[in-house]
Amino acid sequence: MTRTRAGAIRIFLAWAACALFAAPLLFVVQASLRSEADAVSGELLAPFTLDQWRLLLDSDATKYLLNSAIASGCSVVLVIALAFPAAYALAVRPVRGAEQLRMFILSTKFLPMVAAILPIFLLVSTAGALDQLWVLVLLYTSMNLPIAIWILCSFLLEVPAEIVEAAQLDGAGLRRILLQVIAPVALPGISATALICVIFSWNEFLFALNLTATSASTAPVFLVGFITNQGLFLARLSAAVLLVSLPVLALGLVAQGKLVRGLSLGAVK
Amino acid sequence: MSTPTWRRAAATAAALAVAVPLASCAAAGDAASDRISVLMVGNPQMTDLQELTEQHFTAETGLAVDFTVLPENELRDRVAQDLAAGVSKYDVISINSSETPYYADLGWLQDLTAYTEQDPAFDVDDVLPSMLTTYSASDGGIHGIPFYGESSFVMYRTDLFEAAGITMPEHPTWDQIAEYAAALDSGDTAGICLRGQPAAGQMFAPLGTIVNTFGGTWFTEDWEPQVDSPEFTEAVQFYVDLVRDSGETGAAQAGFTECLNLFGQGKAAMWYDATAGAGLVENPETSTVAGKVGYAYAPTKLTDYSGWIAGWGWGVPKNSAKADAAWEFISWASSAGYEELVGSEIGWSNVPDGKRESTYSNADYLAHAGAYAPIVLDSIKSIDPRDPGVQPRPTIGTIFVAIPEFSLLATRTAEQINAILAGQADSVADALAVGQELAIPIGQEYAGE
Repeated sequence: MTRTRAGAIRIFLAWAACALFAAPLLFVVQASLRSEADAVSGELLAPFTLDQWRLLLDSDATKYLLNSAIASGCSVVLVIALAFPAAYALAVRPVRGAEQLRMFILSTKFLPMVAAILPIFLLVSTAGALDQLWVLVLLYTSMNLPIAIWILCSFLLEVPAEIVEAAQLDGAGLRRILLQVIAPVALPGISATALICVIFSWNEFLFALNLTATSASTAPVFLVGFITNQGLFLARLSAAVLLVSLPVLALGLVAQGKLVRGLSLGAVK
Repeated sequence: MSTPTWRRAAATAAALAVAVPLASCAAAGDAASDRISVLMVGNPQMTDLQELTEQHFTAETGLAVDFTVLPENELRDRVAQDLAAGVSKYDVISINSSETPYYADLGWLQDLTAYTEQDPAFDVDDVLPSMLTTYSASDGGIHGIPFYGESSFVMYRTDLFEAAGITMPEHPTWDQIAEYAAALDSGDTAGICLRGQPAAGQMFAPLGTIVNTFGGTWFTEDWEPQVDSPEFTEAVQFYVDLVRDSGETGAAQAGFTECLNLFGQGKAAMWYDATAGAGLVENPETSTVAGKVGYAYAPTKLTDYSGWIAGWGWGVPKNSAKADAAWEFISWASSAGYEELVGSEIGWSNVPDGKRESTYSNADYLAHAGAYAPIVLDSIKSIDPRDPGVQPRPTIGTIFVAIPEFSLLATRTAEQINAILAGQADSVADALAVGQELAIPIGQEYAGE
């Protein structure tokens, strides 16, 4: 009886926590379906309308979403291509001074991005590279690389050393060990790392705001364009927030399935 | 993964690494002479412009326009950064009237005087002189073109005034406003809504006009700081008392948008703010008090008028190589014809008004804005941005001192006053002593001491 009651309380608490976390999202969803005046008044019985979505789909959102997709996608390919061998050298077959090297890699994240923006702006503008998408690809790669190396290290530390030794005994070279032995085993970790890097790049605002103009602007810059000091914008902004978040949400859902499958098929089995 | 698969993956990654830079270079290569880039603040008048450009400008002229829209604060930072470095990627930028004089004096913007004189379609004589003054360098050269302008006035609920038996004068004094606010302040309706957010462009917009009409100023003509002067102190004390006694709940966090929401939802009897607010409170889609709003001139004490003159306009960065194309766009966007277009296509409440004399004789516009348009026009024409108070000023501007340091000075001072509104401090004299301390080195620098 006591056990049943404790279980019910736990379930209630879990649902309450879910509701708490879902509340902001639900607020945004309902606000995106109202007129501006109704969204501000917070009247729950106000009529629904698709006006904000119509307005949004008539805008040039595609350009910004495409730029975000290219910047995030290309940078994540580069990040994984660089972070995976680096993590191997730090975790599976540690090179000399691996621990200090890991700390050094992490220390590159100690400087707040906002402190670096002015020198980066001056460098990029002097190089005549403002408003170029590849600049964002480079910056997002360097921004995410330390985190990716750290996350991948923690995954690769779980890989049993016996697998690598067995592959070496079979005569496999470094490339073969990395791609055919470690990579399949570490796939869940690689997927998780890639997803985190995509999210960080997709949501990055500071570099995109300061280094792009009309050609290379990304989705977060498009998003803030709806904010105004003169007039109402909550409903339109809510619709835009959902539109910009949808690709990452979808990616998260797809990757979630892969992560679970990867874990169940992984080396631990 | 087999070896060929690995090679394919590597080749794809390499191809991407090469293709992305090339693709973005190609995108930049689109920046041909038949294409201009425009950076705009995300205000409603600008989003209307974005909507109308392709069909009504590009189709006519063959000149394509790429827009970037940013909120005001981000835009100001971005514009200052780009102009200071001389590397703007934009051919036309939104500039605020408060910044244009010193951007112009610093040589960051192209002089557009010749364009205004040589383009009969633009009809520069129709543009209100005080608006042009706020976009000029100290030598008189026109470096910005107004897109829409505004002054400030009192919006009040005619139904509540009638019920209370109060008649609002056309030219109220601040003492009368305080009296009416106290009479109309009730549990769910504030007597007056005023901005309390601690920023130069928020609290010090309405408060700046009160300082002017109470006889105060930030600096004398010779850059003598006056932040702790008796006149400045009296004005701020009046503002603090009015907000505390009859202002809105949460005034310390209120800006233009918050007051628009409160007044538009019927939760304030008066609102002293930008004349641009009138179109919004008269729009039944965004306001529940449309048709129940009266208008009166900005309240005064020692001066005949006291409203601000402000607005957004267009500038061409010094490094833009497409000044002719940029002018073609500016001339169209700020023309009387464009106002007609907005009126007929979108609605007369959306017209970017406040810059041209002809707007105020347009029957269609007056049919919509007749209740407040004459006050707006008369305010803008009667206020001298070179002399908005009782003494000459060192720079052009009604509520702003046109120097880069002003924003920080006013914001820091506003933070001190905001603490009083929030109940964390109570001495106006102490608050203004902080402002005076900050103003002294600025005054010394500009006075050449």
